[in-house]
Amino acid sequence: MSFDFELILDSIPKMLVGIGLTFELLFLSLALGTALGIFLLILRISGRWYLAAPTMVYIYIFRGTPILVQIFIIYYGLPQLEFVRDSIFWPILKEPFGCAIVALSLNTGAYLSEIFRGGVLGVDRGLTEAAAALGISVRQRFIYITSPIAIRLCLPAYSNDVVSLMKSTALASTITLLDMMGIARTIVAETYAPYEVFISVMVIYLVITWAIQRTFAWIEKRMSRHVRREA
Amino acid sequence: MSKADRQLMIELENVDKFFGSFQALKGVNLTVGKGEKVVVCGPSGSGKSTLIRCINRLEQHNNGKIVVNGHELTGAVKDIDAVRREVGMVFQSFNLFPHLTVIDNLMLAPKLVRKTPKAENRKKAMRLLERVKIPEQADKWPSQLSGGQQQRVAIARALCMNPEIILFDEPTSALDPEMISEVLDVMIDLAREGMTMICVSHEMGFARSVADNVVFMDEGEIVESGPPGTFFDNPKNDRTKLFLKQILSH
Repeated sequence: MSFDFELILDSIPKMLVGIGLTFELLFLSLALGTALGIFLLILRISGRWYLAAPTMVYIYIFRGTPILVQIFIIYYGLPQLEFVRDSIFWPILKEPFGCAIVALSLNTGAYLSEIFRGGVLGVDRGLTEAAAALGISVRQRFIYITSPIAIRLCLPAYSNDVVSLMKSTALASTITLLDMMGIARTIVAETYAPYEVFISVMVIYLVITWAIQRTFAWIEKRMSRHVRREA
Repeated sequence: MSKADRQLMIELENVDKFFGSFQALKGVNLTVGKGEKVVVCGPSGSGKSTLIRCINRLEQHNNGKIVVNGHELTGAVKDIDAVRREVGMVFQSFNLFPHLTVIDNLMLAPKLVRKTPKAENRKKAMRLLERVKIPEQADKWPSQLSGGQQQRVAIARALCMNPEIILFDEPTSALDPEMISEVLDVMIDLAREGMTMICVSHEMGFARSVADNVVFMDEGEIVESGPPGTFFDNPKNDRTKLFLKQILSH
């Protein structure tokens, strides 16, 4: 088999046209997923079973099923339902882009809320007690003591999830979106050269992953200034 | 001070506390007057920490009555916050906020709870750091300080809220021996200035020189209490005698 390096050099710029869409999918669903994750976390640790139980079911379903299935259900399944077509969400759900964002956000929110919960549980109880003993309210304790410490604790897992979400954005190509992966598939369909094209797109994803990891390493270092003396 | 002049700061009446089926406090009665210093001692698991943690409601008692400076501790959040503003606490493991500098540890509660202006908070925090003799550490992180220094910061942090009462939960137990005295010195200063204090401690020298009342607990009960002279030289109960023999023998 011959390997066409020229085709790699040719297709990388074509696929980079889709990098904007990849980033849009990534950043928008990361922002929404993070907000959802925080919301689910608060329900989960509220100490009220009627808030915590549905949250656990939600998390179980979205972590327990393939994201591809979730994307298909939202894109192909929901429009079948009349009340969905009549709802205020229809302008979002009738577009493949909206469906991809909804699916990625719902999915990543479930993962993130568990990551956040791990961070919150990792905060030494003595610290919140000390704050309580000073008369600081439950809400203020969560904002000023628990959150900043928990954020630092969950940063490594969070960065993992960002990388994983970035890779999941490629699934948007299955519902007609022309992100980098979508463009790659189009080129393959035209050239019948899957190796060259998919290797090119792999290289781009690897570079993005590298950038995400470097960014989080830097944030982690900055946020750990106060513990540098500890081993 | 005659009994009639004694202004009660803390009253515990028949207080019970359960953890599941385990009874940590059994019908505890204790009163502490303004300016009095009480040292609570006893074997581990005897309920000493639980007792003082009930006073600022880090634990909720199950039966009986606790009144702190006129506020009865009930389920009402307002009462709990009122009590916590007036009662400072110092923990065995310091519990300084690791993500805040020393000075920010001191300034956080006044900012959030009292809502006093920043400049005023800062001035007061510096004054208190001078009082515990570590003003030069103000801008360091807690992890950069020794245990003794961290505990002195913790005392200053409690003082920032102008408490009427301070609870000490084994404040020197986690310290290396050479750092114990620097913390006890700060506590002795506070005692001399007339602070109302309850201190869970096995520092018997401290108890002897500072306490108005020494309380011995075992298995959730107050077994014996009295002024240090009587308590140490003439204990009545056999359990107290045994305990004192064990901890004073080395």
